[in-house]
Amino acid sequence: MHIMEGFLPPAHALGWTAAAAPFLAWGLHAMGRSLRAHPERRMLLGVAAAFAFLLSALKLPSVTGSCSHPTGVGLGALLFGPAAMVPVGFVVLLFQALLLAHGGITTLGANVFSMAIVGPFVSYGVFRAGAALGLSRTVAVFLAACLGDLATYVTTSAQLALAFPDAVGGFTTSFMKFAGIFALTQVPIAISEGLLTVLVVNAMARFNAHELRALPVMAARTRETA
Amino acid sequence: MKIRTWGILAAVVLLTVLPLWLVSAPPGGEGMFGGSDDAAREAIGTVAPGYRPWFAPVFEPASAEIASLLFALQAAAGAGVIGYWLGLSVARERARRDTAAAPTSMAAQERRAD
Repeated sequence: MHIMEGFLPPAHALGWTAAAAPFLAWGLHAMGRSLRAHPERRMLLGVAAAFAFLLSALKLPSVTGSCSHPTGVGLGALLFGPAAMVPVGFVVLLFQALLLAHGGITTLGANVFSMAIVGPFVSYGVFRAGAALGLSRTVAVFLAACLGDLATYVTTSAQLALAFPDAVGGFTTSFMKFAGIFALTQVPIAISEGLLTVLVVNAMARFNAHELRALPVMAARTRETA
Repeated sequence: MKIRTWGILAAVVLLTVLPLWLVSAPPGGEGMFGGSDDAAREAIGTVAPGYRPWFAPVFEPASAEIASLLFALQAAAGAGVIGYWLGLSVARERARRDTAAAPTSMAAQERRAD
């Protein structure tokens, strides 16, 4: 989902940066407040950030014959709320833009918007909806992480289609083209991310039951599964 | 570990490995399993042939090997923290279980000391 350096026209690059900046400020504020009030959460926040670091470094092969990577930000969004994952995603993307020439400074705003804002917010929304519908925790966590991951790649496709509308078919044709590259490739990878997130949440439920009780993933009264 | 945990891990491995077998090489003999980011760059080239990137990366890894080194470092940092947490958690639970089971053995030791 990394839009490469220089591959968004200046107006778009600026626009997405302006759109992402308030979320980053909000996320830093929310994260600081949460940690001041509950210092014991530091460990789990570290695990959530580490999960995003690990997963976004893994480029996995997919059925379309190209490779893509999971984002890993769904887990943290369920635990600490979506805003807390904005700074985490920002750090990951900044690291990759500065040291790996993967993504870029000019496209950082757009990439933060898709991976660190849309992804976590969709994950959180899906989880709350799943909990409200009475789905088991496992199913709700799986759907949340999986759909959040997909949403990130759909967003990237839309961002590119907005910047490069097709000469004939306009935005829609262009969007289908980019979605065919990003979203389709992402389907099996999103499923993997959903499954891995379930594993980590299960481990946390077993080992960190006390800390988890005060977090969104537990606060939503989903049915406990064995 | 529970059977279900192993099942989930096996599913992730299958999801990752199966595409390598299922996808046949394109007729042109092009390189397989390139990044989707590169595929998107090519797509931009077809949709907007006149577009030239207006900014170049500040720092670029000297080679694919250096890039994979940095990606490996990123993954290792993440996996290291997760491993630390899992190890700590398992040890903590074991310690909790031991202290729950301990009173009888401690009483026995005290008797022996007398």
